[in-house]
Amino acid sequence: MVRSALAGTRIRERRSLRGLRQADLARAVGISPAYLNLIEHNRRRPGPELLAALAAELGVEPIALSEGSEGALYEALREAAAAAAEAGPGQGADTPPELDRIEVFVGRFPGWAALLAAQRARVGALERVVEGYAERMAQDPFLGASLHEVLSAVASLRSTAAILAESEDIEPEWRARFHRTIHEESLRLSATAEGLVAYLDTLEEAETGLSSPLEELEAWLAGRGWHVPETETGATAGIRAAIAGAGVAELASRAARALALAHLDRAEAEARALPAPALAEALARLGPAPDRIAADLGVPLLTVLRRLALGPATGAGGALGGAGYVGCDAAGGFLLRKPLAGLTLPRFGAACPLWPLYQALSRPLQPMRARVEIAGRIPQRFLCHAVAQPSWPLGLDGPEVLEAGMLILPDPDPDPGTAAQPVGLACRICPRPECLARREPSILTEGLS
Amino acid sequence: MRSGRTDAALSGVRAPAGRGGAGGAPARRLLLVEDETNIAEAIRFLLSRDGWEVMHCRDGAAALAALAEARPDVVVLDFMLPGRSGLEILGALRARPESAGLPVLMLTARGQARDREAALRAGASAFLAKPFANEALLAAVRGLLDAARAAASAVSATPPGPAAGQG
Repeated sequence: MVRSALAGTRIRERRSLRGLRQADLARAVGISPAYLNLIEHNRRRPGPELLAALAAELGVEPIALSEGSEGALYEALREAAAAAAEAGPGQGADTPPELDRIEVFVGRFPGWAALLAAQRARVGALERVVEGYAERMAQDPFLGASLHEVLSAVASLRSTAAILAESEDIEPEWRARFHRTIHEESLRLSATAEGLVAYLDTLEEAETGLSSPLEELEAWLAGRGWHVPETETGATAGIRAAIAGAGVAELASRAARALALAHLDRAEAEARALPAPALAEALARLGPAPDRIAADLGVPLLTVLRRLALGPATGAGGALGGAGYVGCDAAGGFLLRKPLAGLTLPRFGAACPLWPLYQALSRPLQPMRARVEIAGRIPQRFLCHAVAQPSWPLGLDGPEVLEAGMLILPDPDPDPGTAAQPVGLACRICPRPECLARREPSILTEGLS
Repeated sequence: MRSGRTDAALSGVRAPAGRGGAGGAPARRLLLVEDETNIAEAIRFLLSRDGWEVMHCRDGAAALAALAEARPDVVVLDFMLPGRSGLEILGALRARPESAGLPVLMLTARGQARDREAALRAGASAFLAKPFANEALLAAVRGLLDAARAAASAVSATPPGPAAGQG
């Protein structure tokens, strides 16, 4: 990993030295400029053939691109120089860094060099965090639903208003209908706008620092496919050192790093309690039935749910690649949210109280299984397994601590005739006006028909 | 207005008479799949005035069921539909031999590149982002029909005529 990380930087540096544009080099070796860009930013690892082609084009030996005797400091400085060159004139220094004298610089001013390298690493880490935030904002289900409402209302208004303005000879019945449309859609637009403003206000209050430690943890786990393979063998010293040394970009806050270390502790304990081979064997024999697997192997159901959602089977090609998971405490506060295709979990506030996850809280240790249909413009069905597990961390005299977990699987029986329990994501984006558990009005003015 | 799966909200209002189809030109049939009633009404009005025979379905399942009866020349398909998404319906259309080559205009409420990419892979013929200008919609469906008829006549090497269209 480290070696390939160096390769991209070296390619970028050599290319800049030769005054080649990214697009020209990419064309010369028969790859797309976008792919070369990924390689140069060390996001993709070039194979040996491609590396040889790049080396030939850059007039160096392949080994010069893939290996080097210089330490991390040189690489960090090269990275900084390449980034400055990319930022273009006005963004970086007017005089380009003297790459050919990098040894002299490091030799004479090791302290300054180290500072420069550290600053560059910090900037890089922050840039990735900002990218992550932007992506998560785009995935916010409330904003997505609001945007769809606004666009639909505006689309309707625009077409209808144009018809009314441009058609001289429109029949009276159509004219009346289109007037009514304009009235309806303007009401819908103003209601959605009010909802958006209220939501953005609460967003500002909730987010003093743009993100919560839990979100940082989730972003880190999502980037690793939600499973840390090293926890299977207990060989997590390297990852732990990287986390503790603030070397993981997604885990920017100390609280998030503490959460990540606690997550590793727990994942290791769960891997010992339910090793991957035993889980795989039980899955093959009993199918994706967590309750049966728990009974068969004598493992707590909550552990089985977590292993199915976060264990080795969840990776690409795993038996349960598409499984989602939500964990919460007795106050309903999220402990972990792993989304799955078609189901983006709420970022703020409480979710739908009808979720089996919350139902499980009232019946500790009782396994719950329910097929649910999540209301929305596109209703989605899932099969949920949930259980709440009590613990007494201060002994039996102390308070009981409850943790609930819910495994979310794509519905194996997509027949719409099968009964499913209607639930939502959160009241504000739920279009079920008749829901008895409704906490606050929805911003979706139109219910599903 | 066709009977069958048309929008109940519109059943009391007769569609305006067509104009563009005068002069013995073949009927141009369009299947509109859109869950937003008000948008569907506006589109139906516009296209009917342009000489199209419009059949409207509120969701994809109804659209797939109505396909044989509707025998459309062009499909206008909303991206965000209740039940099965527009993308799924597009996939189902492309999987059927009778509609594999049918021109499909996708309406996207989100002009996002990711959605368009997915729709392109699934076989969308063209896109129109909401909100759209009415002229843009008319131009898009006319263009799709012209292209399909040109392709059909090129394949069968017969001059364009009533037999050269869809069906």
